[in-house]
Amino acid sequence: MAKLNVNGKSLDLKVDGDTPLLWALRDQAGLTGTKYGCGVGQCGACSVHVNGEVQRSCAILVKDLKPGDRIVTIEGLSPSGTHPVQKAWLELEVAQCGYCQTGQIMAAAALLKKKPKPTDKDIDDAMTNICRCGTYQRVRAGIKMAANGGKKVPG
Amino acid sequence: MTKPIKQGEPVTRRVSRRGFLITGFAAGGGLAVGLTPGGMTDALAQKVLGTAGDEIGAWVVIKPNDDVVIRIARSEMGQGTLTGLAQLVAEELDCDWKRVKWEYPTPGQNLARNRIWGDMSTGGSRGIRGSHDYVRQGGAAAKQMLRQAAADLWKVPAEEVTAANSILQHEKSKRRTTYGKVAAAAAKLPVPDLKTMKLKDARDWKIAGKSMKRLDTLDKLTGKQVYGIDLKLPGMLYASIKDAPVHKSTLKSYDDSKAKAMPGVKGVYKVGDGAVAVVADTWWQANKALEAVTIVYDHPSTDGKSHDTVTSESITEFQRGGLDATDNIVVGNKVGDAAGAIAGATKKIEAIYTAPYLHHVTMEPMNCTAKWTADKCEVWVPTQNGEASLAACAAAAGLPPAKCEVYKIHLGGGFGRRGQQDYTTKAVLLAKQMPGVPVKLLYSREEDMRRGFFRPISQCKLQAGLDAQGNLVGLSARISGQSIFAGILPQVLAQNQGQDFLAFQGLWPIDGPRAAEGGFGYTIPNLSIDYAMRNTHVTPGFWRGVNNNQNSVYIECFMDEVAKAANKDPVEFRRALMSKDPRTAKHLRVLDAVVEKSGYGKPLPAGQFYGVAQQMGFGSYTAACAIVSVSDRGKVTVHRLVMGTDCGHVVNPDQVDAQVVGSVAYGLSATFFEEITIKNGAVEQENLDTYEILRMADFPEKVETVTVPSGGFWGGVGEPTIMVAAPAVLNAIFAATGKPVRSLPLKNVKLRT
Repeated sequence: MAKLNVNGKSLDLKVDGDTPLLWALRDQAGLTGTKYGCGVGQCGACSVHVNGEVQRSCAILVKDLKPGDRIVTIEGLSPSGTHPVQKAWLELEVAQCGYCQTGQIMAAAALLKKKPKPTDKDIDDAMTNICRCGTYQRVRAGIKMAANGGKKVPG
Repeated sequence: MTKPIKQGEPVTRRVSRRGFLITGFAAGGGLAVGLTPGGMTDALAQKVLGTAGDEIGAWVVIKPNDDVVIRIARSEMGQGTLTGLAQLVAEELDCDWKRVKWEYPTPGQNLARNRIWGDMSTGGSRGIRGSHDYVRQGGAAAKQMLRQAAADLWKVPAEEVTAANSILQHEKSKRRTTYGKVAAAAAKLPVPDLKTMKLKDARDWKIAGKSMKRLDTLDKLTGKQVYGIDLKLPGMLYASIKDAPVHKSTLKSYDDSKAKAMPGVKGVYKVGDGAVAVVADTWWQANKALEAVTIVYDHPSTDGKSHDTVTSESITEFQRGGLDATDNIVVGNKVGDAAGAIAGATKKIEAIYTAPYLHHVTMEPMNCTAKWTADKCEVWVPTQNGEASLAACAAAAGLPPAKCEVYKIHLGGGFGRRGQQDYTTKAVLLAKQMPGVPVKLLYSREEDMRRGFFRPISQCKLQAGLDAQGNLVGLSARISGQSIFAGILPQVLAQNQGQDFLAFQGLWPIDGPRAAEGGFGYTIPNLSIDYAMRNTHVTPGFWRGVNNNQNSVYIECFMDEVAKAANKDPVEFRRALMSKDPRTAKHLRVLDAVVEKSGYGKPLPAGQFYGVAQQMGFGSYTAACAIVSVSDRGKVTVHRLVMGTDCGHVVNPDQVDAQVVGSVAYGLSATFFEEITIKNGAVEQENLDTYEILRMADFPEKVETVTVPSGGFWGGVGEPTIMVAAPAVLNAIFAATGKPVRSLPLKNVKLRT
């Protein structure tokens, strides 16, 4: 059993302590917006926020989390799906298959919280998530648009 | 204790390892699978919705509230084909685009209705170009039925009823109604012969040809989108599987005693000839227990060599033998006497290029959920080919296809991988051992990597001859490589006298039967392009762009080597070879378009260089111009990449842009990083810590698209431009360093000494 604070709710999950947070979220909490891509912390599809920091949930074991750690998944980022990053993503049609995009959005949201006006270098450094459809150019444009109060930034 | 990885920290490329259907319209009518998205832990019972009363022909359902549901037979995997196809139907239907929803008819229904929705296979960039005519006819037929229904209601001739934006009008009597109001009556009318439908001229399009928003975006931004991996059925169990790491090897024995005692484990099963699967309460438990199963394999031999001794080096050596072989050579394109012309040339150029195995790495690993009973077998699967999934399901289930059903789910990437049905077969073989229990089989990333269907390994020996004026008098290219058909579609090979015509993608004779698919764009007086098939036990597959990708590197990079030997500008050298035959005029037009847009030839900042490439593939003409610098330490920066396409007709310009820019990432990822190597007969790269993939920081600083549709034909979009991104960048590197790059990926190549 593990007690986790996910999206503002306290959850009691029947899960072994050595289960990665990713699988506790997906299989036990039913929060499947957090995706499995590699399981080794490389691809970023499983990105969530832990105490406001973006982290790869496949690389965190449930036993290493404290009940007070605040976990936010894509489902909890914005209850109405209208976070500035999500709005920019919608406007710019960033997603293709969309599988990695929840992780991209979580990473972008965390970046903008830290650096409201990120440079291209900031974006390169923060956005290490893999996208096989190759949406990188629109991800970058989406971050800039979100940082610009929802107005498109000429590329 | 594992240290969490924070984004923003440089992620090392090696991290230590510890050990329903969603239609766009869940409430919609027709034959789609309706799964309630609801809470993700809720049961998602599939049901076939049947509101046949308002089906107006096979392609359109109109609800009384004026919602328009368009049936999509092809699979959406990110490429936007769903929205494009809906636009084409809506264009002819003249409906209100804002009311358009979509649904997938099921492969089982397609079979039951004599394939009324045609081919469901989604590959080869055929989604739109392979169905534009009949889906538009379907829209036009529905519109005709709606007009007839209104005419019957008003007792006027149908010719006097106009239809636009989902509104029907009779001008003379000033009457009007909506599609929804007459839909039920229209649905009762006979469907006219689709072939008689007169379609609109593209110049009159109002919905097609416009950058309509995708119909499938919103749920992808909130986590609500259900992919195959996310599916949950009542009573469902989870499975992880391990098949033989050495392809074609079989299971000799296995010890599951430890695994069976592990938490949550429900059973350990043999699946097929080579695989063991663990079924458990959760996937993590299943996968962990699978790691505790010890397995022994039997390895077959080919030509006396046991498969578990094969290495990349031995394959390369084997294929090198094909470069000068004289037996069993298939000729793909031949003009005059290339060997003679080169032998008599003033200047000779020769090079050998190589291309490695590549993996698809769809972000969502392979998965399929299956439920088997003696009477019925159902699968829920992200598939590029619903009909192939149905066939695989039936074969594995031991049931006739009519007793099987496939529910297609959004794909987390396809790229050719999900045309194969190994995961469907395995899920059904496993579910059959647990009758009545739905089982979700998910490959671990490691299994997904090991059991890939790889872009085949190959090499190419190129020779050219120049006359005293630097004119190209002869060109020969001998490709020695693995055949995809031989590996996974031997019946196609058998139908073609054992010859793999696909080896010549993009290089087919401009006057031959495949010119419209990928005609060679150069007129060379003496030309020989031929192929020595050299297969291995490693399974090949269709990788986005397929053989075009390496063929374009071979021909287009060598073309720059030859131009340099001739002391000619690469663009001018190409133009001379592309201006002699009117059938290569479109090839040249796209090259000219990227030359113009990129400013090719104009002075660049110090250290930056241009590189170009062109090729035709999947029915479209493409070209690229790259602007690249190479640092003193050999680091490549792609400053700008201009990508040109003539795909005949453009159905959604914004989605064409998305596909072309995205294809650059796929193509350049392979160029810079990707490589599958073989050791002891098995794939060495088991995850993304060893199989590197291009990320944001590696992407070109700017990719621009130039789309120059010339009309009169329908070319593909999802794949074609991949093939020109790599050679354009490689040619710019050649310009920068003076040394041609002949083997990939670039991470293995020292560009500066």
